[in-house]
Amino acid sequence: MSGPAFTGAVVGLVVGVFLTGALVLAWRLARGTRELGSDSERATFRTLHLASRAATHLRDGLEGDDVGRAARHLRALLGCDALAVVTADGVVALDGPATLRAEAERVGARTVGTGRRQVYGSREPSSGTSVQDAPLEAVGAPVLAGGAVAGAVVAFATRVRPPLVRATGEVAQWCAAQLELGELEASRTALAQAELRALRAQISPHFIYNSLGAIASFISTDPERARDLVLDFADFTRYSFRGRGDFTTLADELHSIHSYVELERARFGDRLTVTLQIAPESLSTVIPFLSVQPLVENAVRHGLEPREAGGTIVISARDEGTQTEITVEDDGVGMSPERLRALLASGSRATNVGLRNVDTRVRQLYGDQHALEIETNEGAGTLVRMRVPKSQPQHETEVSRP
Amino acid sequence: MTSALPLVAVGMLLLATGLIGFYGLRISRTTSDFFVASRTVQPVWNASAISGEYLSAGTFLGLSGLVLLSGAEAFWFPVGYAAGYLLVLLFVAGPLRRSGAYTIPDFVQARLDSLAARRVTSVLVLVIGWLYVVPQLHGAALVITTVAPVPPWVGSVGVAAVVSAVVAAGGMRSVTFVQAFQFWVKLTALAIPVVFLLVVLGGQDLALDPAQVFPPEAGPRSYDTYTTASLLLALLLGTIGLPHVLVRFYTSPDGVSARWTTVVVIGMISVFYMVSSTMGLVARVVAPDLAAPGVADTVALVLPARLVPGLGGELLSALVIAGAFAAFLGTSSGLVVSLAGVVSQDLFGGTVRSFRWSAVACTLVPLAFALVTIPQGLVTSVGTVFVFAASALSPTILLGVWWRRLTARGAIAGMVVGSALCAGALLVTSALGPGDGLARSLLAQPAAWTIPLATATTVVVSLRDRRGPQPRTDRFLRRLHVPERAPER
Repeated sequence: MSGPAFTGAVVGLVVGVFLTGALVLAWRLARGTRELGSDSERATFRTLHLASRAATHLRDGLEGDDVGRAARHLRALLGCDALAVVTADGVVALDGPATLRAEAERVGARTVGTGRRQVYGSREPSSGTSVQDAPLEAVGAPVLAGGAVAGAVVAFATRVRPPLVRATGEVAQWCAAQLELGELEASRTALAQAELRALRAQISPHFIYNSLGAIASFISTDPERARDLVLDFADFTRYSFRGRGDFTTLADELHSIHSYVELERARFGDRLTVTLQIAPESLSTVIPFLSVQPLVENAVRHGLEPREAGGTIVISARDEGTQTEITVEDDGVGMSPERLRALLASGSRATNVGLRNVDTRVRQLYGDQHALEIETNEGAGTLVRMRVPKSQPQHETEVSRP
Repeated sequence: MTSALPLVAVGMLLLATGLIGFYGLRISRTTSDFFVASRTVQPVWNASAISGEYLSAGTFLGLSGLVLLSGAEAFWFPVGYAAGYLLVLLFVAGPLRRSGAYTIPDFVQARLDSLAARRVTSVLVLVIGWLYVVPQLHGAALVITTVAPVPPWVGSVGVAAVVSAVVAAGGMRSVTFVQAFQFWVKLTALAIPVVFLLVVLGGQDLALDPAQVFPPEAGPRSYDTYTTASLLLALLLGTIGLPHVLVRFYTSPDGVSARWTTVVVIGMISVFYMVSSTMGLVARVVAPDLAAPGVADTVALVLPARLVPGLGGELLSALVIAGAFAAFLGTSSGLVVSLAGVVSQDLFGGTVRSFRWSAVACTLVPLAFALVTIPQGLVTSVGTVFVFAASALSPTILLGVWWRRLTARGAIAGMVVGSALCAGALLVTSALGPGDGLARSLLAQPAAWTIPLATATTVVVSLRDRRGPQPRTDRFLRRLHVPERAPER
């Protein structure tokens, strides 16, 4: 059935994979034996490794789903027989025999209640029981995060010695630090989201004032046009003020830009020309809500408005493999690169708010490599380029296509 | 056949492709054109593009060749290829479009929240894509030797050079229209000659023997039931796992239009397969001497000149050759774009520069494969790719869309088991050479047992995975399956 074509292909591939694998393995081995280090160094490596493994599982807090896995690493770290993580609600993770649960809960509750380290020695084994059946001794240490007791780490061992007591205390403190880091992370995400929301829609008051003025001037001379402009104004504001969704598609954004351009043209007349060059496959690209319109507004306000003759704006979108490249270009007055840098860096909210706003948002959403690229100089016009990844499965859009 | 006409035809094809590629942007000069320029792609155009990318050299040349060789049993291939899109339509087109993912690895990563699963998927996508490009390059070698007295590698190297140059140079500015155009070129390039041939033959009084076209011993009924069922299963499920299919659905504005696109695709490729099979049947009647392995795939090129003498025949041949090149270029460039996307995203963080280098690399690998292997039946080598895709990727994609409990470990285990079993079976088969018996059939057509095994592995490992499905699963699945809001106004 399969021809030599396939055989050759697969044989080549398999051989290649094996060779690569063998090489990588050999390299690792060679490096590994050379750099294994002394015993104490290896103990340090092991401790750090276990700690970093446990850290990732503690980031969601003690109520997270991963605490169980963190407990496993912590037990290995302490070298004890069993380990439990207890909060005020009871045992959240237990690495060891389930029969210890009640004991863990008792010790944990006591530790959380007092907020101090607790050591429970075993009573003398009664005469009939063997050494294996002897009840384990326990040490509980409180996890003090943010000034409050978040929970307790309870370690079990056949014989609790002072080093274990001290180590358990250290581990509990380390857990507290991880929890605080996790909270920090969460609040940073929340802050970023709040900032995004604040940045989202900023229709300039000038624009509203100018648009209404332009519409008013047409009401008596050209009522038909005035009516169209009012509808454009309604469309534009409805899109810009819509409640939900931080993302939209390029197609939707272009519809809004159309309304915007119509309103600006009411003021500029023939001095403003707008050209679109759109690759059709880029239209379904998901982009941050109101991320292209501010670029167009920026071109009008800062590129063309200062010039008597007006000018042309070219909006283009094209396919770039896994990304979509959107550019907004005008042949207006431009600005010196130094001035541009100052504008983008400074916190001044007076001018070019739109440009800085879009830049901040795309950086936050897609990373610094997706920052706006701006080419400009005095009298040479301005070109703003934005690259958006096509694949954004985590970003949902409001579908509002007519 | 050594006249300049074929060269002119291929030159015109390249020119038209280039023009559409570079001027296919929708440009508006005035604001009143705004809506035209920003209108999303209609399902018909998108469907043409998908069909254009899907109909490869394997079907353009290979299908008529296979019909000529083995008669009615060859019909299982077009049946499977077309019906594969039925499964795409029913199970994945809408949900995958709604997922917002651009490539299959993107989807797997978003669904399972696992970088490891993404890497495994990327590797499989690369293997499938490379294996799929190889028959395209073989086809090019075959055509070039039929047309001109040059060594076969000229064709492979030529097509590979054009494809990597076009993709690396920033690509087509409007891939959709280029692919759509090439679909129509392919269809007309076969349909016109077939109509001519039928007209020519209609005038003659041929003693048609149905047994010659449908030899009873090679009819579907006597064809080994297991082999047929297994092949069909692979062709049906394989389409879901092809790397360049999902990418095109991204152009559809929403899930509903992705579904409509698929419906149109099924119609379009069915028409194409009808035309192509007719060519093979005609050849079976009038040119039985071509029915030899390795030669049969050239039947679509040779037949028109045989039956229509003079300039007419040469023109028809030139048309077919242009269509064949459209097939090589369309499918290979579509695949290379997808593969380069995967490579650049996984290895280099998805920069534009790395995309170009990846495109070159992704053409060189299959070119090397193509040069060291000997072209065999084009349809069967494409069929093998489907078997592999169906075993390796399709279970994960289907379960990812429809099964809540799928976990990253389950998906990875399923993909590894499916691809390893399938590759192993196919390798053993080609090492042993042709043979008979149940065991050999099982090895030659492994899909019927590798797909269930891969699926079972995925399910069992997922169920036993203590970590359970990733936390955002429900939210993501809701997004996949809840239709977009009904259009307003």
